[in-house]
Amino acid sequence: MTPAAGEFESIVRLEGVQKYFGAVHALRDIDLSIGRNEIVGLIGDNGAGKSTLIKLMTGVLAPTSGRIFIREREIQPGEYSVRMAHDLSIETVYQDKSLAEKQPLWRNFFVGRQITNRFGFIDIKREKEVAQKILIDTIGFRGVGITVDSTVGNLSGGERQGIAIGRAMHYNADLIVLDEPTAALGVAEVRKVVEFVRRIKQSGRACIYIEHNLAHVHEVADRLVVLDRGRVVSEINPKDMTVPELTEYLIALQHNA
Amino acid sequence: MAQRSGVSILQRFEALPIIIVFVLLLLLFMYRAPEVFLAPYIYTTFLSTLPPLILLAAGLTFVIGAGEIDLSFPSIIAFSGFVFAVLFKEYDLGWIAVVAGLASGILVGFLNGIIIAKIGIPSFMTTLGTQFFWAGMATVLSGGKSYALRGVEESSVWQWIVGRPFASASTPWLQELSIQGLWTAIIVGFLWLILTRHRFGEHAMFIGDSNDVSRVVGIDVDREKIKIFTLMGFLAACAAIILTLENKNFFGNQGQGYLLTAIASVLIGGTSIFGGQATIIGTVFGCFIIGMVEAGLVASGLTGAWVRTVQGLIFLVSIIFYMYADEPQRRQALFANLRSLGRLGGVRATEEGGVRR
Repeated sequence: MTPAAGEFESIVRLEGVQKYFGAVHALRDIDLSIGRNEIVGLIGDNGAGKSTLIKLMTGVLAPTSGRIFIREREIQPGEYSVRMAHDLSIETVYQDKSLAEKQPLWRNFFVGRQITNRFGFIDIKREKEVAQKILIDTIGFRGVGITVDSTVGNLSGGERQGIAIGRAMHYNADLIVLDEPTAALGVAEVRKVVEFVRRIKQSGRACIYIEHNLAHVHEVADRLVVLDRGRVVSEINPKDMTVPELTEYLIALQHNA
Repeated sequence: MAQRSGVSILQRFEALPIIIVFVLLLLLFMYRAPEVFLAPYIYTTFLSTLPPLILLAAGLTFVIGAGEIDLSFPSIIAFSGFVFAVLFKEYDLGWIAVVAGLASGILVGFLNGIIIAKIGIPSFMTTLGTQFFWAGMATVLSGGKSYALRGVEESSVWQWIVGRPFASASTPWLQELSIQGLWTAIIVGFLWLILTRHRFGEHAMFIGDSNDVSRVVGIDVDREKIKIFTLMGFLAACAAIILTLENKNFFGNQGQGYLLTAIASVLIGGTSIFGGQATIIGTVFGCFIIGMVEAGLVASGLTGAWVRTVQGLIFLVSIIFYMYADEPQRRQALFANLRSLGRLGGVRATEEGGVRR
């Protein structure tokens, strides 16, 4: 760890954040902090505010009120954007719109941040070399018949998540936000994604993992944050609760309303 | 796993299928009409007549590759051609007329881009509208007149843009060699570099693949679309000036014949009708095929009416071929449909048979 990295405890911290969509109070009094090398599972029913919450953290939406700190530095609400989040090493992997289907992997790795000369022409050889390294070292694709020239369309859902996560790791993201990466995947594919999430942790990064399937998120998360109707209702250490207990708890939450 | 390890022969050699088709067609025509296709004149004629089509199709390769369409370029040919012709002939402005003609095409393309990207009207609708608007403008401003550019071949504009550099050579076919073929080759070569190796070309392909993905990875989709349509406007203006100078005449509907042939050339060449995949080399060979079929059928003794029929047929066959070759999921869906159709047909046939019995 570099000394600079030691200066902050949390990568993202929200204080008293409110979000209204017109009259709808989508997020209420959110106080939440994401540690530097922590995998945080964000769970809750549909409409609980999970997506809105990560959109605030990644600059897609601005909060109605409250404060956002990135690496303990307060962000002015008006200036925060997706691009700024990228600059601050926060990357989001969306379930199905992170990669372009008909383009080769090497282009997908570098699009938006191409290695070019000063006239904007791409250094194809170099991009392919680096892409090859990411494929083997960061993502760990070996002997599965995938090369940097493969098109995304030929990859399985789990492999795509791997590529998108690997890309985020390559760009030294300190925080990777995964928006339901296992939605619509088969069992074997889910295993792969869980494995990619573990790699995020091993490489010293933080991750916010939004997931419907409690078993998947219970397996990898260091901490589970439960959202219900726009509020953080509890924070759970997965070691303290089994998956069935967690399920019971969430169902009880709905009925107590 | 073999098909996943990526690079099929189709991908490794850009536009290979269409080059093979081109060579086969060429051999066919050489066999059917040797007196035409084994003599140099047909090729020197191509060099003078094909450049406008190639320039238009090269621009459309970017537009269609980005998942958009431009129907307004025939009107840009009319409008920019008019701007150039009137300034050249009535005001005697020479090279300034060329610059003004190009600027007018860039402006029309830029406005297309603004309407499509910023106002958000689909390009099909936008350019259908602007097609009428600019064609109308050209007619209104020119009063429906044509401008004959008599004596234009004396000007440096004509000599530089569409001149015959070897006019004093002793070999007859060398005298016919026109210089616009060279300019077109340079422009198209440059566009090939842009499409395959430049950031802009990559962005165009990603936009054609998915606007959403493009935004997420940080492409300024609106700005790139405006650039694409502006490029199309510029190339249409280049085509307009070459066409006007080559014909030594401007007339209002000089661009109309290009609407379908240019789009057909792009799609025959292998650019995906769904966007996300485009090839300039394929487009150029698509243009050769369109041009050659026209000349070849006439030379083979078939009437002009056959030309459109055969062009339409080649167009359809090639699109179906590319769907089969390049899009495995569509191919599977197509086969599944055919099978179920076959089954239905089979069932119906047996039922009818049963009734008859």
